[in-house]
Amino acid sequence: MKQKDATQEEYYRGIRSVPYDLVKELVIALAGVAIVTIAVAAILSSPDEPPVTIASWSQDDAVDFVTTATGELAGTTTSAGYGQPYNSTADAAQTWGPIAPQVWFGERIPIDSANSFVIEPLQRAAFSNSDLDSALKTWQSASSDDQAKWTDAYTKALADAQVSDGKVTVAEGDYGPLPVMMTNLLGMARSGALDGLLQISGRFYQTDYTPALLFMGDGGYLDGLADHWSLHGDQWGMMNETGQYPGQTWLWLYTMWYQVFPFTDESGILGLNEGNADLGIIILMTVLTAALALVPFIPLLRDVPRWIPIHRLIWRDYYAPKKAKA
Amino acid sequence: MAPASPAVSQPTTEDTNRTLRVRRYIDRTLPMDHLLPDRQPYYVGSWVYVFGVITIAALVWVVVSGVVLSFMGPQWWHVSGLGRFFNSLHFWSTQLFFLFMVLHLWGQYFMASWRDGRAATWLIGVVIFGASILTAFTGYLSQQNFDSQFIAINAKDAMNGAGIGAFFNVLNFGQMYGLHVMLLPITVTFLVAWHIVMVRTRGVVKPIDPEGGSRS
Repeated sequence: MKQKDATQEEYYRGIRSVPYDLVKELVIALAGVAIVTIAVAAILSSPDEPPVTIASWSQDDAVDFVTTATGELAGTTTSAGYGQPYNSTADAAQTWGPIAPQVWFGERIPIDSANSFVIEPLQRAAFSNSDLDSALKTWQSASSDDQAKWTDAYTKALADAQVSDGKVTVAEGDYGPLPVMMTNLLGMARSGALDGLLQISGRFYQTDYTPALLFMGDGGYLDGLADHWSLHGDQWGMMNETGQYPGQTWLWLYTMWYQVFPFTDESGILGLNEGNADLGIIILMTVLTAALALVPFIPLLRDVPRWIPIHRLIWRDYYAPKKAKA
Repeated sequence: MAPASPAVSQPTTEDTNRTLRVRRYIDRTLPMDHLLPDRQPYYVGSWVYVFGVITIAALVWVVVSGVVLSFMGPQWWHVSGLGRFFNSLHFWSTQLFFLFMVLHLWGQYFMASWRDGRAATWLIGVVIFGASILTAFTGYLSQQNFDSQFIAINAKDAMNGAGIGAFFNVLNFGQMYGLHVMLLPITVTFLVAWHIVMVRTRGVVKPIDPEGGSRS
């Protein structure tokens, strides 16, 4: 009979057995792990850095907030030109040859950055604000060339903007209705009103923070905080948490690929490069995980344990008598 | 009263009673002395075997602390000292769970534990590892603090690039929280139970034969 078809009694025939208490072992393990966990939890606690809100972002870095909002109107932010699943910007999705899953599944979570993050919240505030209402009408009736001219000039001017009394002021220039729109948007943001307006979905309960997180992700403020806490991908960020706590350390292999060629290189190799690193690394990790699962069937991989005699340390009692005989 | 009709030939109870057939199958494949053994081969004395049981112990504390946190709601631990303590228990028991699981995985690899018909046990172990990573990932996304915000913003690119983001939206707290407290823990727990049953059904593998031994 083959070993794999044998019953336990047949499989262990001729092998000495010793008393064993499985339940006792489990109870000791539960108690031991509980003691360690309680001790570490009591001494080290756990990370809980408060979340960034639209209000805290606009209060702490008003210029970044206004620059980001202007970028949404100009269509120059990350989310505005992201591609699927948020919009259908051409050639924005990651692909590897014919493999283009981002494109395949289409625009499943449609987000119009300019409208969702700027225009619609302002429209809700315009009913009691004739200046804002007029500015919005000017913006919406303007040609796309005029809109582009205003956003371009305003973005450049924001590089030297001043902040005083919670307002952003820039040098004189032709910015169309943008100063009025942005002053109002900033005011709404600083008061906390924009946090709520970005979550409006027509339903009372709301647990989807996609619009607000995309908007914050377009700015530099949140990114700067992440850099401070070493959370970026090129800082092995997946393995870190704020406050020097360990993150998802088990993702070390996944995050390692973001640090090495070809995923750090603009040109890369075999079509894999910095531009499609996310797709390339997910494919690579899927292949490696499948290989790990199928180790028992893969020659060489399944033979390594025989070649590296770690098993002789693990089962040294088993091997010891044979050595003595020799 | 009319006399009883003569007995018609019926299949025996053993053939038709499915409950009996299931019970006999269980008795045959996993008798209680295999599920809860009081003797083991002498070579099972190595410390490497401890990694499996302490992984299970850590998982128990992950689940227990997670049940308390989910019962009290996702806001509780941000505003309560006791809640913060339970979150810390959840956080560190998760860290220990992964540490022990990786040690268990490497231990089993160097013991080539898939031999003699145990390949499926190894394979399910790897699936547990993957499901646990997904469970922990949704947990990090459900923290409702700065870490979860940045992890979501950063991770969306990987998910979207692979097309997964169209269905698994890491920016959607409700979806991540639901997966984290319900579907994924149940999946991991079920797979761990299955893994244990497979280990107990076959018993632990013999040491690698010095002359080469059998392969899976």
